[in-house]
Amino acid sequence: MSARRIFARPARFAAIAPYVWMALFFLVPFGFVLKISLSQTAIAQPPYEPVFHLTAGWTAIRAAFAALGFDNFRLIASDDLYLFAYLRSLTVAVTATALLLLIGYPIAYGMARLPKRWQAVAMVLVIVPFWTSFLIRIYAWINILQHDGLLNQILLALHLVSEPVVWLSTDTAMYVGIVYSYLPFMILPLYATLAKMEPALEEAASDLGAPRWQVFWLVTFPLSLPGVGAGVLLCFIPVVGEFVIPDLLAGSNSLMIGQTLWLEFFTNKDWPVASSAAIVLLVVLLLPLLLYERLQRRQLEER
Amino acid sequence: MRKVSRLSRFNIASLALGLAFLYLPILILVIYSFNASRLVTVWGGWSLRWYHEFFGDRAMIEASWMSLRVAVASATIATLIGTLAAVALARGERFRGRTLFSGMLYAPLVMPEVITGLSLLLLFVALNAERGFWTVTIAHTTLTMCFVAVVVQSRLGSLDRSLEEAAMDLGCAPVRAFLSVTLPLIAPAIVAGWMLAFTLSLDDLVIASFTTGPGSATLPIRIYSEVRLGVKPEINAICTLVIALIAVVIVIASLASKLSSSQGESAAPL
Repeated sequence: MSARRIFARPARFAAIAPYVWMALFFLVPFGFVLKISLSQTAIAQPPYEPVFHLTAGWTAIRAAFAALGFDNFRLIASDDLYLFAYLRSLTVAVTATALLLLIGYPIAYGMARLPKRWQAVAMVLVIVPFWTSFLIRIYAWINILQHDGLLNQILLALHLVSEPVVWLSTDTAMYVGIVYSYLPFMILPLYATLAKMEPALEEAASDLGAPRWQVFWLVTFPLSLPGVGAGVLLCFIPVVGEFVIPDLLAGSNSLMIGQTLWLEFFTNKDWPVASSAAIVLLVVLLLPLLLYERLQRRQLEER
Repeated sequence: MRKVSRLSRFNIASLALGLAFLYLPILILVIYSFNASRLVTVWGGWSLRWYHEFFGDRAMIEASWMSLRVAVASATIATLIGTLAAVALARGERFRGRTLFSGMLYAPLVMPEVITGLSLLLLFVALNAERGFWTVTIAHTTLTMCFVAVVVQSRLGSLDRSLEEAAMDLGCAPVRAFLSVTLPLIAPAIVAGWMLAFTLSLDDLVIASFTTGPGSATLPIRIYSEVRLGVKPEINAICTLVIALIAVVIVIASLASKLSSSQGESAAPL
């Protein structure tokens, strides 16, 4: 038996602790979300009517199953508020991801073309904001975008506007916040594929007479598609469920699904409806999640 | 010979603008934290007034202490378990349930926090656990161990396996070969993983809001409730202190990863 195979056996034992942990704290909780999404709202602590108790015996469980209701899902499907929230979440996520790709690609491309020494520096510079607090970065933008904030002061001083522009509580502010927060997630996978690309391919294309845009569009961009896919998924999935950025930067007249879930949970204390909203959100994200998982696994394991 | 630098003017401009976009808001925040004026936007000269205010604010200090304790505890547990997960994935070859295992580790990286937070809370309620320090710590561990696993796994993947195989050919038992050959080589990645877990925990608002109990708010929860009421200069000072703390952490982590890359091909993806 090869040393590699002998080494693999104890390595597999290392999986036990993380396996148990993730099963208990990641997988099992989804069961509870599902269970409570099917139960009735109650004014109690915790605020839901339990669907069944495991101690109640088999007949009681069967009776409870018969009484299981899809009322919360029916509510979500019939209430325009939720429908609009889901549609808005998807629209915002698609728009924001497109913006991120448009803004992130040139930056990643520029990084990949730097001399090797500088590439490492640029990469650190892009990663550092990812380490600083998410909430603080959003807060920094409130400072800039508020009524008498820096942006309005500059615009007024330059006489570009005659009175302060309303930036906060608009979709513009929200998109600025999303792009700002997620930019490193877009740049890094793009940079990773662009940096690995063989420069000779681009050179060959331009030696054969292709103009710059054609070199980019026919050679560079198609070769960077794996990075584009990773970046798009890495941004799209969390943005759909985003709560903090729309809550602090966008107006309150149209909500994203993360916000409605938060409201149902913390303000209305309607745990069953919040759970149902989470289940629907999870179903919407299932396909992108599976795609992302495959990409991630391939990237980490097949080298 | 073709030109050495392939850098066009467009490349340089997009890099410069991109980095300015990433750094200017934070820089402005830091500068405003030293503003003497009560009005956030009027410059009243340099002052440490808001830092004094913060250190006199008991609720904020308590929240900071809570956040630090949670961050240290969860990062430590996450590093232990996350490293084990990375070893299993990178060296375990095929084993039963491997797909589910990797799925459970990669999904939380992108899962919307509202879902993770809500599901963990429902679990804690069902288990009748008292919510506070430990529930937040467990929740953060669950999230951050996935990041640790990815960082360490990526380092293990780029490691020359012939080193540990040589140790075993010379008579080392697998566990001993791991402890005396592999572990020292991946130590920098483990340190970087701990740092990442620490900052992620320190930063988290949504999952902590769901899983904490009354009376044990973390710093982001306090900051969030203040920010909702409007911009306060004191928040600028707190944010600057957090940024300073994280900057120290980044310097240590980058020293660790420099150590790591000097021993072989650099790998850290985050």
